[in-house]
Amino acid sequence: MRKKQYRLHQSDLSSLLENLRRRGYQPYGPQRRDHAIEWLPLDGIHQLPAGWTTTTAPATYRMQERSDQALFGYWTGPDSLKKLLHPPEACLLKAEYNGGVRFVRQAPAEVKRAFIGVRACDLAAVAALDRVLLSDRWVDDIYQANRNGALLIAVNCTSSAPTCFCASMGSGPRARSGYDIALTERVGDGSSEFLAEPGSEAGASILEELTALAAPAGWEKEAEESCQSAAAAQTRAVDASSAPAVIDRTFDHPRWDQTARRCLACGNCTSVCPTCFCVNIEERNALDLRSAERLRVWDSCFTQAFTYIHGGSIRTTPKSRYRQWLSHKLARWQEQFGMPGCTGCGRCIAWCPAGIDITEEMAALEASSGSTYPTGVSTHGN
Amino acid sequence: MSLLVETTAAAGRPTWETVPGRIAAVSKETHDTFTLQVEPPPGDPVARFRPGQFSMLYVPGVGELPISISGDPGHRELLTYTIRSVGQVTYQIVTRKPGDFIGLRGPFGTPWPVEEARGKNVLIVAGGIGLAPLRPAIYHVLRHRGEYGRLVILYGGRSPRDLLYRKEFAAWGMLPDIQAMATVDYGGVSWRGHVGVVTTLFRHVRLQPAETVAMLCGPEIMMRYATRELESRGFAQGQIHLSMERNMKCATGHCGHCQMGQFFVCKDGPVFPYSQMKPYMDLYEL
Amino acid sequence: MATSQVTAALAAHPFLEGLQPKHYETLAGLACEVSFEPGQIIFREGDPSSFFYLILSGTVALEIAAPGRFIAIHTVGEGEELGWSSLLDQVNKQFRARSVDAVRALAFDGARIVAACESDHEFGYIVLRKVLEVVAERLRATRLQVLDVYSKKGAPGK
Repeated sequence: MRKKQYRLHQSDLSSLLENLRRRGYQPYGPQRRDHAIEWLPLDGIHQLPAGWTTTTAPATYRMQERSDQALFGYWTGPDSLKKLLHPPEACLLKAEYNGGVRFVRQAPAEVKRAFIGVRACDLAAVAALDRVLLSDRWVDDIYQANRNGALLIAVNCTSSAPTCFCASMGSGPRARSGYDIALTERVGDGSSEFLAEPGSEAGASILEELTALAAPAGWEKEAEESCQSAAAAQTRAVDASSAPAVIDRTFDHPRWDQTARRCLACGNCTSVCPTCFCVNIEERNALDLRSAERLRVWDSCFTQAFTYIHGGSIRTTPKSRYRQWLSHKLARWQEQFGMPGCTGCGRCIAWCPAGIDITEEMAALEASSGSTYPTGVSTHGN
Repeated sequence: MSLLVETTAAAGRPTWETVPGRIAAVSKETHDTFTLQVEPPPGDPVARFRPGQFSMLYVPGVGELPISISGDPGHRELLTYTIRSVGQVTYQIVTRKPGDFIGLRGPFGTPWPVEEARGKNVLIVAGGIGLAPLRPAIYHVLRHRGEYGRLVILYGGRSPRDLLYRKEFAAWGMLPDIQAMATVDYGGVSWRGHVGVVTTLFRHVRLQPAETVAMLCGPEIMMRYATRELESRGFAQGQIHLSMERNMKCATGHCGHCQMGQFFVCKDGPVFPYSQMKPYMDLYEL
Repeated sequence: MATSQVTAALAAHPFLEGLQPKHYETLAGLACEVSFEPGQIIFREGDPSSFFYLILSGTVALEIAAPGRFIAIHTVGEGEELGWSSLLDQVNKQFRARSVDAVRALAFDGARIVAACESDHEFGYIVLRKVLEVVAERLRATRLQVLDVYSKKGAPGK
């Protein structure tokens, strides 16, 4: 049976916020701040970036005004849900000195937040983090508490940014799963309407409470068509299925050296990547030395200390770190978690200050990884 | 099956939950290496370890490190760690006094294949501090002596003063059906034992590769040489097991630091069959 | 030891594994059994390099003199060989060899082995291959030793 699809008017979004608050959710939405789109608590629909868009290119991200008043007419900003579900800093443990030592740890409490405007690529990123942090032998309970309380309201992409390559990674532009409600914006004269489809029981019950209006016949087809044309318009792509084999063949490829001459090892790509989950642990001593806190902070595989063992670091060069990062995203993640670690959101391309483009790197490795290049080591199928 | 239950008991605990361990004794092994005995909370799963597994040892305000358990898996009322003082955290750990507390998490990681080795000969190849993670496997074989064939322990160190557990090592060599040989890179005046790297000892022992499981732990270079040597002597890759070292912050596959190709050394290792490590061991800066 | 026993000991020695029976006989004709008490000097640094030994039991330390002491740089034992430089021309012993415990060995006059190699090149080729294996193994071990992999900093250069 097909799920019922609804028609929402822009003004219904205010009711949606009301509804979410009643259910105990703090709504979050994309907002324009510091010349970028960020995820922030949403008090009202007026805070959405109506009439704004973004232009992206390697090493470029700019906000620009649109000719219309579309609410979701921009693409992903530097933020992703990672910032809210897997926070950049979290206290893990407190040690209190009282003659001996006492370790205090409070189980993290569920945080109820509703995220309005999640793109398909970022839903895929949440699925990737779920796999890494929740579905393995150990569970990250901080992520779990945030994730359990998260209600995800997706917005389908009916156009693509130049840096998007979600179609090739199979994660977008249309949200296929992992959402509670998916919206497709239909920009009108001055205000928008939305095709709304539930993806969960919670989503269905919210929509039932909001409106009785079914979506007109033809809206679904139009939504699908505009998402498909957004996919077709993408100029960047990664061949996700061949990537692991290409990466295995090219461990000593000269391309890594060439790219390393541009790479600043700044870690921007890992910060903006919605799936990069690596963390470091820091100690923070109280000034009175009566207690210490263990803080978990985002880390990056681009730092020298990341692989330090006594005697030195394993990856001393930016070349080896870039290779690790790319290999992990497009090859090793597949082996570790049965899914790609890249969603094709394109953030790493836009936010790399040197404009290094993961799709271009993969293409270069693939183009010259044939018989002329001596083999690396195949680690597949062992 | 009881082993599986035990693993689950520790794994079901939240990653960062840390329990206090009271230091019962600190003894000096060598000029830079110390053995600590730590008393875990009674009945706590942190003590339910298998040979080859490690704990995360935490000094509040200083830091936390993965340290292999070096004690007898048959005596779990005290957890034993042999630690070389090479950095800030290790220094802080080895300078704790009896009665002090440190934080404990674990146990983590894969064990030595002591079950798989049942009915076979066991070859232990240790280098430097690498004897510490292997000692629980030795204790296990000694405790279940009838279930294993010959036990050969080859141990290489820098110099005589760097060798761990010297008295115990000599005592192992006196036991029937055990060959324990040590060698050093730099012999001193009074050293009457072997001089040369650990691989040179392979010529002195009768190895029956088809009937033997080899367990190696030491610096990566030493393990690379030793694995090549064992392969050339007829050991299949699956019969050789290595314990790897990488940077670890969480020990549960969530911090990302310990990745080595497709593996997280903390949860997929630290003990790996050589067949899994071989493709990676010669890749510089992997 | 009777000649037949010497031939059997040669055939059992890992160094000579795979030789043909006639080669064992050639070598047996050149061998004499020797034994050393613990702590005996087998040869000294600077001695003309004359004897080549196949060790049957016991351990020998190769040592080099430093002011006030000797430093053992390598030990060889049962199933190993000692003094391969005796197979080269004009080389003096580079190290002192001292028995660590009671040592039994078969000794060969290096010059006579070389002469046998000269008169039968097939035999010579096999012997030199065997010696090359020994030299390669010693070189490998020495390189690893030089790396000082157990030092506090790990291998140097890091």
